Amino acid sequence: MDILFQAVFALYLGATITALVCFFNLNQRLRLMARGLLGTAAVLHTAYLLIRYFAAGHTPVASSHEAVSFFAWSLTMAYLAFRWRYRVKNFAAFVLPLIALLMLVALFSPARLVDLPPAMQSWWLPVHGMIALMANAFLALAFCGGIMYLLQEREIKRKRMGFFSERLPSLEALDNLNQHCLSIGFPLLTLGIITGSLWARQAWGTYWQWDPKEVWSLITWLIYAAMIHQRFTVGWRRRRAAIMAIVGFAAVLFTLWGVNLFLGGVHTYAG
Amino acid sequence: MLAEKISCLGVNHQTAPVEIREKMAFSGDCLNPLVQIKEIPGCDECCFLSTCNRVEVLLVAEPEAATIASVREFLFAGSGLSAAEAEKYSYLRTGEAAINHVFRVASSLDSMVLGEPQILGQLKDAYRLAMEHQATGPILHRLLSKSFSVAKRIRTETSIGSSAVSISYAAVQLARKILGDLTGKTVLLAGAGEMAELAAEHLLAQGIGKVVVANRTLERAVSLARRFNGEAAALTELVPRLAEADILISSTGSPDMILRRDDMAPLMRQRYNRPVFLIDIAVPRDLDPGLNDLDNIYLYDIDDLQQVVEVNKGERRREADRAERIVAEETIKFLQWLENMELAPTITELRCRADELRQAELGRTLAAMPGLTPEQHKAVVKMSSALVKKLLHHPMLFLKSAEKPEDKRRNLLVLRKVFGLDNGDNGPTGR
Repeated sequence: MDILFQAVFALYLGATITALVCFFNLNQRLRLMARGLLGTAAVLHTAYLLIRYFAAGHTPVASSHEAVSFFAWSLTMAYLAFRWRYRVKNFAAFVLPLIALLMLVALFSPARLVDLPPAMQSWWLPVHGMIALMANAFLALAFCGGIMYLLQEREIKRKRMGFFSERLPSLEALDNLNQHCLSIGFPLLTLGIITGSLWARQAWGTYWQWDPKEVWSLITWLIYAAMIHQRFTVGWRRRRAAIMAIVGFAAVLFTLWGVNLFLGGVHTYAG
Repeated sequence: MLAEKISCLGVNHQTAPVEIREKMAFSGDCLNPLVQIKEIPGCDECCFLSTCNRVEVLLVAEPEAATIASVREFLFAGSGLSAAEAEKYSYLRTGEAAINHVFRVASSLDSMVLGEPQILGQLKDAYRLAMEHQATGPILHRLLSKSFSVAKRIRTETSIGSSAVSISYAAVQLARKILGDLTGKTVLLAGAGEMAELAAEHLLAQGIGKVVVANRTLERAVSLARRFNGEAAALTELVPRLAEADILISSTGSPDMILRRDDMAPLMRQRYNRPVFLIDIAVPRDLDPGLNDLDNIYLYDIDDLQQVVEVNKGERRREADRAERIVAEETIKFLQWLENMELAPTITELRCRADELRQAELGRTLAAMPGLTPEQHKAVVKMSSALVKKLLHHPMLFLKSAEKPEDKRRNLLVLRKVFGLDNGDNGPTGR
């Protein structure tokens, strides 16, 4: 199982490196190669998750390793689904490094199978865990789009067209990307918080107990909610939307790891 | 050798000034010259290309001076130039250099405006014409199709043709970078200069939805608006009109700024921050430079656009170097293909020759031994073919083993000599 995970990681890493080289030299053959590597990685990663599901007897979103690996898998799936629907030039060169980074974190987290504490043995685990991590995946796509937007806009505003302006899509396309990702990511985030709260009611008897993880997911939710509200009322779009997507994703990451590292609370991972 | 049969003869903007090129005057008609060149003795395959910057003949012919001279004579027939002058103004490339040249022409590396896309279409037309009139054979067929794929590879792998090298086109390209798809977008022209018209035409070609012309004199605005099938407005209406425009091209003769930062701030709220691209091509400037500091407003003046064009030109030159490397690589691949073209016939020839000998000797032997049983007969036939096969095994390997083209060529020659393939006599069969 470990070897399979290492193979998946190696494939993601290979796809990332290929996509980055292709971003520099625009070689068409490398582009196809990156696509092939990512496709293979996605298939093997799915197989890994299934094997782990049957070996552990629970959906692999419980330990830190499982959550991050599932996050990376969701990001791959979200990216592939997105790519199938819209075409965003060189999007892969920004998304793949993030996937590889997540996989690296997962690689260094203890991957042993753990028995779930009684509080976590519930069918809310897959529901809440998967929805929340899928939400993160779409918010991560918006984050990548935000970075691309800022790079592209910087060159246009400074009137120094060059490296990025040629390789990145138009500002309009990037803004649309942001909007599409949020219109999927935000409802999922909301649903993730609702399911989490229902699970808390079942496990601990109360819907909301101001645990640091809960507080931070609420903060994250408020950031995205504010952003969407502003977009529809006063037209916060483009640059501001891009910055907000980056800030929002920073909050997502802090909720995912920072809280456990710095704040603790009942919401720790198993193992 | 096959490669040496390929040659390219012609004039282009580098070797001959326009006065010479226009004297050659093949404009529009490529068919007649093609048919006539095809009839020149020694010419196996040919293709004729004539554009405003070049007249070229691509030939597959025995490398004899007479053939080349008659083609050159034909090209310059109507120009009244002497043979010596004709030679001075034209270029002749053969073998590897000719292949390289064709690839460079197709990828627009040999064009006056580096990376311009028209030449590929012109070359494709020339090829189609030559093909329709049976002027191309296997070599030109392969060479020209290859040149199209090389051109395509260069388009995708370098950015030689992607950046704009004229001001009005640079403006259009920027508009697309900022606003994405231009269909359904609105452009507002303030003032009606020539450059503004040109940019508006480019924008219309890109599918822009609506043109609004605002001018100091309404009459001129109306006539220009009619040309673009748009609306006319007075220059005083500029700010309210700007609320619905996505692009503003300003080129008024006004000595003062016509749009200031303070005019635009409330307008952006009204526009829900919809981005706007402001292009100021007036001197003195019409638009407040401070506008560029506002969110979702992108302001370019004439110097900015000029700078973009200059950078793009430099970029194209840099990309051309990468393209040249691709051309060199593909030229080598093509030469290898040519080598193999020669290898394949030699192998078949060798096999045929050996089999002929086998059949002849077998016939003689079997005739001398009439009492053989069918099994014995079969065994003798089998032995003879096994012998031939085993004897030829190593020569074949030797032929295919060479890596470098020059080794391949040498091996080929050695083998042909050893087996007497070029001698014309059939060896000692007739004894």
